[in-house]
Amino acid sequence: MKNAFIGSAVERREDLRFLRGRGEYVDDLRPDGLLYAVILRSSKAHGRIVSIDTTAALKVRGVHAVITAQDMPGGPPIVPMRLQPLPEFKPFEQPVIADGKVRYVGEPMAVVIADSVAIGEDALEAIEVEIDALPAVADWHVAQSGQSLLFEAQGSNRSLTFYAVRGDADAAFASAPYVRRETLRTGRHYGLTMEPRGVMAQWDAAKGRLTVSGAAKVPFFNRRILAKQIGLPEDSIEMIENDVGGGFGARGEFYPEDFLIPFAARHLNRPVKWIEDRRENLMAMNHAREAEVDVEIACERDGTILALRGHIHTDMGAYMRTNGAVGARNIAQFMAGPYRVPNVKLDVSLWMTNKTPVGTYRGPGRFETDFFRERLIDMVAQDLGIDRVALRRKNLIARTEMPYPIATIAPYEHKDEYDSGDYQETLDRCLAEIHWSEKAKLQGRRIDGRYHGLAVGCFIEGGAAGPKETARLAINEDGSISVYIGSSAVGQGVETVFAQIAADALEIPMDRIRGVFHGSTAYVSDGYGAYHSRSVVMGGSALLDAALNFKAALCEAAAQRLGCAASAIVVTEDKVSAPGGTSLPLSAFAGLSREGAFLNKKHTYSYGAQAVHLAVDAKIGQVEILDYVVVVDAGRIINPMTLRGQVIGSLVQGLGGAFLEHLVYDEQGQLLTGSLADYLLPTASDFPNLRAFTMDRHPSPINPLGAKGAGEGGLIGAGGVIANAVANALQSFNPDLRELPLTPSRVWAMTQPRA
Amino acid sequence: MKLPPLEYACPTSLSEAVALLAAGGGEARALAGGQSLMPMLAFRVVAPALLVDLRKLPELREIEISADGVRLGAMVRWRDIEDDERLTAAHPLLKAAVAHVAHYQIRNRGTVGGSIAHADPAAEMPGIAVTCDAEIAATGAAGQRTIRAADFFLSALTTALKHDEIITEIRLPAWPAKRRWGFREFARRRGDFAMAAAALFYDQDAAGKAINAHVGMIGVGDRPCRLPEVEALLNGRTIDEATIERAAEITSATVDAQEDIHASAAYRRSLAGTMVERALRSAAA
Repeated sequence: MKNAFIGSAVERREDLRFLRGRGEYVDDLRPDGLLYAVILRSSKAHGRIVSIDTTAALKVRGVHAVITAQDMPGGPPIVPMRLQPLPEFKPFEQPVIADGKVRYVGEPMAVVIADSVAIGEDALEAIEVEIDALPAVADWHVAQSGQSLLFEAQGSNRSLTFYAVRGDADAAFASAPYVRRETLRTGRHYGLTMEPRGVMAQWDAAKGRLTVSGAAKVPFFNRRILAKQIGLPEDSIEMIENDVGGGFGARGEFYPEDFLIPFAARHLNRPVKWIEDRRENLMAMNHAREAEVDVEIACERDGTILALRGHIHTDMGAYMRTNGAVGARNIAQFMAGPYRVPNVKLDVSLWMTNKTPVGTYRGPGRFETDFFRERLIDMVAQDLGIDRVALRRKNLIARTEMPYPIATIAPYEHKDEYDSGDYQETLDRCLAEIHWSEKAKLQGRRIDGRYHGLAVGCFIEGGAAGPKETARLAINEDGSISVYIGSSAVGQGVETVFAQIAADALEIPMDRIRGVFHGSTAYVSDGYGAYHSRSVVMGGSALLDAALNFKAALCEAAAQRLGCAASAIVVTEDKVSAPGGTSLPLSAFAGLSREGAFLNKKHTYSYGAQAVHLAVDAKIGQVEILDYVVVVDAGRIINPMTLRGQVIGSLVQGLGGAFLEHLVYDEQGQLLTGSLADYLLPTASDFPNLRAFTMDRHPSPINPLGAKGAGEGGLIGAGGVIANAVANALQSFNPDLRELPLTPSRVWAMTQPRA
Repeated sequence: MKLPPLEYACPTSLSEAVALLAAGGGEARALAGGQSLMPMLAFRVVAPALLVDLRKLPELREIEISADGVRLGAMVRWRDIEDDERLTAAHPLLKAAVAHVAHYQIRNRGTVGGSIAHADPAAEMPGIAVTCDAEIAATGAAGQRTIRAADFFLSALTTALKHDEIITEIRLPAWPAKRRWGFREFARRRGDFAMAAAALFYDQDAAGKAINAHVGMIGVGDRPCRLPEVEALLNGRTIDEATIERAAEITSATVDAQEDIHASAAYRRSLAGTMVERALRSAAA
């Protein structure tokens, strides 16, 4: 039989479990003897710890321990970087608990272990902390001044400067007939998960084994960190992945709590659980996005882009966390986006500030840089009197130019290139779906008191981070097949898409795939996790390899039992057959298991276009989205339905970043948006008119599936497209639109006379 | 975000509830629907020694409509107001305002008295009370008293209520059938606290000119307030476009707006004017 589950809109296998309330989240785990951890967090943004007196807290009834840096001989361990672990970043990495200094509001200072969370919180109030406040570094401008240093020994608040280089930008600018220079900014927001983070650790003193539940995203890497920090062999630690209520790049990285809770469990020889509350989540989970660029674009008079040049400043918060540099480097490398920009010279300075540290959030750096780029392109179009669509068409990289080399991040990374695609196709489809030519006449028009605006933008999204992924197939007692993968489930639907891939690879019905097991360190020999839209490309390709190995082993074993050549064995639904009709059920081979792997150094690049039609109530600064279309070509698509859902979901997050979500700090480094009453997330009624279309016309040449990482694209383009459409709507006011988010107050201000 | 240690009582009579509050000194708090108090407890920004739950006082749950007006028991919930069809005629402004209160789940629990006692400057019910010259009836250890809404709200989250007093009802004066009214609110998302809202009404004399104009502003400044300058403008005038625009200008010029993390003071002043303008336009339509 020839299967075609790949490419079909197969319903998500995991949904029944969730819809019936049978998901199991880390907070659902309540082993006997469980104790609860609560964390004392710094209320000061910057200061020296004079003393932490836990005497009174220890006397609170039901408190078992209060752990501080003093309890860690040799000082608290440091959380190492996972991505771009450059030597320059080392001094800026975060200790698992404040040691001598506090550097942001929310930094862990002490951990209370108690019979309940409420008792633990009572004890928090009894801890006496004395901090000598130091001047806060509340943004990158203050960081640059160097008046107050987060890490005095480093002599600067700048951890590093990356360079993105291609061609000779200075030469191009020297002779360019048209140049525009702009300062643009994106606000600070983050990948807020509905389920906050959680860790539950159990220590088996007799066996010397540590079990950590609540692992997500990159459990194998986190196990390596923890093993080293806590002084255990890796194989004495098991990381268990549970169901998760959202990942978005932020959950599952190694945070201070990922050491503190296992440490406490071992310290007390009791199971210990910590569940982040929402207030903690807002100040402890990785922040993202805050950046400012001073950037120039050079063009021919006909709109041909010649070069990009400029300076980027990112606000890193107080420490370099595991993947903290990704957003910054991406802003630089992908500022050119899907356009042909022969000359690039951008530097990006990473500034340490007294705020919550940053990490990746879905579309890291890409949301920001797409806003910068697409906004610039609309400004260029206006300056040069060129239609916005025509200007984009002229500069989009052509199919014939693939693979297309892009700017290299100096001095550390190898060359990268876009793998395949026809960017014009997605632009055409997007314009057709939103009825651009009919709506074009509405641009800037005032209808029933509201100004109508249109915009279109093009994007690329990266995926498929290497170096490797592992997958295993095994025959169960009943003859069904189990799939084990090194990737993690963070809501992407991996149980569904991996069952599709396995069923096609083995040419058996999907219901023969009994389970897809993922994320936990017990399932495969090595795993790399779920980030950079890598699971399908890496894990899926590993699964194809595992299927080859598995089928060969199965045919070999069947051939021996059935007395024929392995090549003559035919595998069907639930049995193996030899020529002549003898056969054995698959259950006869229960336990047969083979691993496969996929190694890869290249990246996939999905791409697409998005367009919006919106209306602005200028008097109150309110924007209503009337229609929003995203078109994405993701190469070979495993499941167009789950992809479409991912695109819509990410788009809503992008709109949150464009309009609502904003982590606001004051000059003292106090976080002013400490609850969901002030940090505004999109809700179900905010953005009803969103549409997504998927295309699969240009498979990736770099993996056997032809797949590309996808699901971030809706978000990536949203800031730029929204900004341009609002500017388009308000064109009669000549609006000053250089910053996200577009709050009502800011939109209204654009319609007011300039001071 | 767990509650601090506290005692809990659920009295079955008003006198018992008042006695509990009185005995608690300043350390006891009444619990109505809990939609503001419970989060504040979870954040530990308040930590009373005793919570006195009012949910077993059925006499506080009634909506009474008479020639004198509308009497809302303090424990009437937003959902009760939404579901009471009599109020569409008896007090359309109240009904319009309550439609903006928070979300479905919160409307099932939040109470009129709780909102008045909490006194959030951006909440609808205190604004309606002030706009409509409501009377707030309270019972304490010293007996019953009635407080005019205009005297009740002192500043953000601060009222004239004594620590042993429980709001029993809110009395809204009678609503003439031909009264003109408007309510406009803008919040960043549906159900959020108002960035600004205007609640207003006026009656008309035989010549069609406005009399008895009441213009209330919510979400701007530290408490809901009336706008006497705007009311003075409207009284005696036909509510035409020119008057409406002038009313908006006066509003923007007179409201006391502050900058916060959501908006500049200039925006809020402008928004206040726009809300009055739009509420007036719908009143005059």
